[in-house]
Amino acid sequence: MKYLEDIAVGETYAVGRYTFGADDIKAFARRFDPQLFHIDEDAAAASHFGGLCASGWHTASIWMRLMVDYRRRIVEAARAQGEPVASIGPALGFRELKWLKPVYVGDTVDYKSEVVETRASGSRPGFGLMTIRSTGVNQNGEEVISFLSTTFVERRPQQ
Amino acid sequence: MSAKLYWEDFQPGAAAVYGPRLVTRKEIIAFASEFDPQPMHLDEMAGRDTMLGGLGASGWHMCCLFMRIIADGFILNSSSMGAPGIEEVRWLAPLRPGMEIRVRCTVIESRASRSRPDMGLVKLAYEMIDEAGTPLMYLTNTQMFGRRRVGAAA
Repeated sequence: MKYLEDIAVGETYAVGRYTFGADDIKAFARRFDPQLFHIDEDAAAASHFGGLCASGWHTASIWMRLMVDYRRRIVEAARAQGEPVASIGPALGFRELKWLKPVYVGDTVDYKSEVVETRASGSRPGFGLMTIRSTGVNQNGEEVISFLSTTFVERRPQQ
Repeated sequence: MSAKLYWEDFQPGAAAVYGPRLVTRKEIIAFASEFDPQPMHLDEMAGRDTMLGGLGASGWHMCCLFMRIIADGFILNSSSMGAPGIEEVRWLAPLRPGMEIRVRCTVIESRASRSRPDMGLVKLAYEMIDEAGTPLMYLTNTQMFGRRRVGAAA
């Protein structure tokens, strides 16, 4: 990760993509969100969704996993170049999370995150806050998830 | 089992507490290994050097535990049609291994759907709290519920 001062609004990260399988959707939902339209094909077909679809928390949690893996690759690349690595996290939370379309069995979601704001933090010396808008788009080009999240990012050390 | 809940049953000001749910070290690490493998969610020692000050659950794990608690608490016994999103989540304090959590739910407002006469929308505010009542997470969202009487006045 770059220091806060080196991050520009508008920077976009190609976080990664993930295909949601039926077993995967049901296993997640049985643990955390066992509503019938997430765990049972027949009930889902009869529901307003018209087919088995992933819990929205599953769609969001997969973004987190892909983002952690993405950041790890960035950090490794920076270390290999001998560049300093700023620390990041934790996040304060998120807002305006929208589940815009259902994620059905076999859908592939392509996630991106874009920096929308960076600012100083009053509470944490040495850190600032970065807000990103993350989105997931399915194979038909339809946005299925969108949210804003704000995370602490280390500032460039004063010389 | 109490009577199934419909949109009409969510009156502004009504409040309830759901849970408890004991959260183990094992499940915190299992969730993090799968979805959020950052050091502070996987390892006590690594967590000590971070702002979490020790091992704490992923914020997304807190959201998923919240979902399961409200699912068992009332969603599965309701005409829930899912939720279009979450207005806001604030992670206020770490969820540590061994904590017993509850979710306090308050109905903020209720309105009929303009586009679907069989559906109503309920805005809810939630707090995840520990044994002492300390808030760990704050969440607001709008949930869609089927109506008991389609198209009738609220």
